[in-house]
Amino acid sequence: MTGTPFDARVRLEDGDTVLELHGDINRSAQDRLGEVYDTAPAPERRLLLDFEHVDYINSTGIALIVGVLAKARAAGHDVAAYGLTDHYLEIFKITRLSDFMTIYDDDKSAAVAASD
Amino acid sequence: MLRRRKKPEERDEVPSATVVGDAPMLAGIPVPAGDPFETYLLTTAEPVDLNEVQVVSPTVDELIAQGVELLVPLVGQGELIGALYLGPRLSDQPYSTDDRRLLAGLAAQVAPAMRVAQLVQEQQVEAEERERVQQEMKVAAIIQQTLLPQDLPAVAGWTVDAFYRPARAVGGDFYDFIPLRDGRLGVVIGDVTDKGVPAALVMATCRSMLRAAALRHDDPGQVLADVNVALVPEIPPAMFVTCLYAIVDTEAGAFEFANAGHNLPYVRTSGGVEELRATGMPLGLMPDMEYETVQHELSAGDTMVLTSDGITEAHGTNGEMYGFGRLMAQVGASSGDEDMVSSILDDLESWTGQEAEQEDDITLVVLHRTTSARDAAAVFAGQENGQMEPLASFSVPSEDGNERIAIDKVNVAVAGLALESDQLERLGTAVGETVMNAIEHGNKGDASTSVDVEVAASARSLSVKVTDQGGGADAADAEAPDIEAKLSGDQTPRGWGLFLIEHMVDDIRHSSDGDRNTVELVMNMNGGPE
Repeated sequence: MTGTPFDARVRLEDGDTVLELHGDINRSAQDRLGEVYDTAPAPERRLLLDFEHVDYINSTGIALIVGVLAKARAAGHDVAAYGLTDHYLEIFKITRLSDFMTIYDDDKSAAVAASD
Repeated sequence: MLRRRKKPEERDEVPSATVVGDAPMLAGIPVPAGDPFETYLLTTAEPVDLNEVQVVSPTVDELIAQGVELLVPLVGQGELIGALYLGPRLSDQPYSTDDRRLLAGLAAQVAPAMRVAQLVQEQQVEAEERERVQQEMKVAAIIQQTLLPQDLPAVAGWTVDAFYRPARAVGGDFYDFIPLRDGRLGVVIGDVTDKGVPAALVMATCRSMLRAAALRHDDPGQVLADVNVALVPEIPPAMFVTCLYAIVDTEAGAFEFANAGHNLPYVRTSGGVEELRATGMPLGLMPDMEYETVQHELSAGDTMVLTSDGITEAHGTNGEMYGFGRLMAQVGASSGDEDMVSSILDDLESWTGQEAEQEDDITLVVLHRTTSARDAAAVFAGQENGQMEPLASFSVPSEDGNERIAIDKVNVAVAGLALESDQLERLGTAVGETVMNAIEHGNKGDASTSVDVEVAASARSLSVKVTDQGGGADAADAEAPDIEAKLSGDQTPRGWGLFLIEHMVDDIRHSSDGDRNTVELVMNMNGGPE
């Protein structure tokens, strides 16, 4: 298993701004994540973090996610996430990230929940 | 000027000489062998009147034709070193007795001086030749050392060791590691006959050809056959290359090899040591040779040893060669985990004596299959006493991102313990964070330092020790991370490392010995604390 470089893409879906995250979220993801977040259009409904293509998150990655969460909340956005593996879900719970964003299993359940 | 004719054994190429064949020249006229004039000059210590000399010689006739009237031989130590030749006196008078006495006296002075000048020139030529040879040796050494592997391959479950020490006059030994698909490793050892730049160039060619052929063929015999065909037209006459090529399947624990006349490989097992044979001629002699491929198992704890002549042909203090018997016995005497290279070299040194000059290049390549995790699990399955068995020990340089290497290697090490996948992931995160701390805080990101990792397990628990060279400085977070504080900006978003580690493992133990800091992560298996 070798490292996968980080990348992020933005798409808009039904009023959500979806940040599709790819590869490794570690120290070297900082610049790209910041760039993508800052240039993403503000959501009407939620900022959705898509972790389905993420391979690896370390403590620096957690810090980056906390940073995104803080910026989003400061801007008044609701934040949700999906696509986490069981292990990273456990880490989100331990760090209490899951207390500040709604976690779904996958994009379908996230979509369903939004339209409730 | 008659140039001194050299004795047959001294004759060689003198760059600025104008020697026609072996014959001396007299004022540009070659003196034929057996010409009585030369003998006459040697026996006469006096200036010679060419018009009156009683010797029949075409040389004399030629000289007279050139206008030489008087010839003063320069003789030293029974050899004709040269001559002075004079045309008619300007005053047109014959040369007087006084003139001749003066010339004879002059000749007596000049002859030795000229001889010295000749010797000095010869010495200079020799010195230049020596320097040229030294320079060539330096170039050859540079070529050779650039081509040898800079690092040893790191292979999970194996120890790979290589030793190379050239003799003073650069020889032709080489070795190489070629990574192949599917966890296989190509291993090369070889020896080019001859020394110097030609040998180094053949080595370079051979190495490239081997690498290319290794990627084309999975069969070592075919690889050597290909290289042989390509090498025969390229190699200088009377040169050849002995070479052994092995492909080690590091996952299955087996290897196959072909041998082009190189030293036999040894395999050391718990039962003793074997030498393995595969037929084949050295490379570069004749095209269309066939090379036998031989297979062999390598179980956990076994060692494969490849050697070169520099060991077996080394002479001892009693004048005898070290020999294959002694080498094989030494391989057999080393116990499984011992440093095979050191044990062979130590025994060789006690044979030759410490002061002995190394006669030929020494090359050793050793592959040892460590006790696999699967075997370790079998060893302590059912053990009650909780004794820890080592599973792996490795280092990573302190560079950003290298914690991933550590995570991968720990995963390989514990593969036989059948951990649940969530346990494995927790272990991975804990190891990653611990190694990251060691790299960033312990070793301050200094790539020249390394982080050492040791993995051990018993039936009940798993231990990973991570050691840095931090000298006691520990980057414990000032406060426990609080996400609310981070979200409100009262804490920086960072500082999650130790917190995560604490939640991933059952126990963390710190120790330090002044220079080195160790963090031990302990995970209980079979669920629940001890």
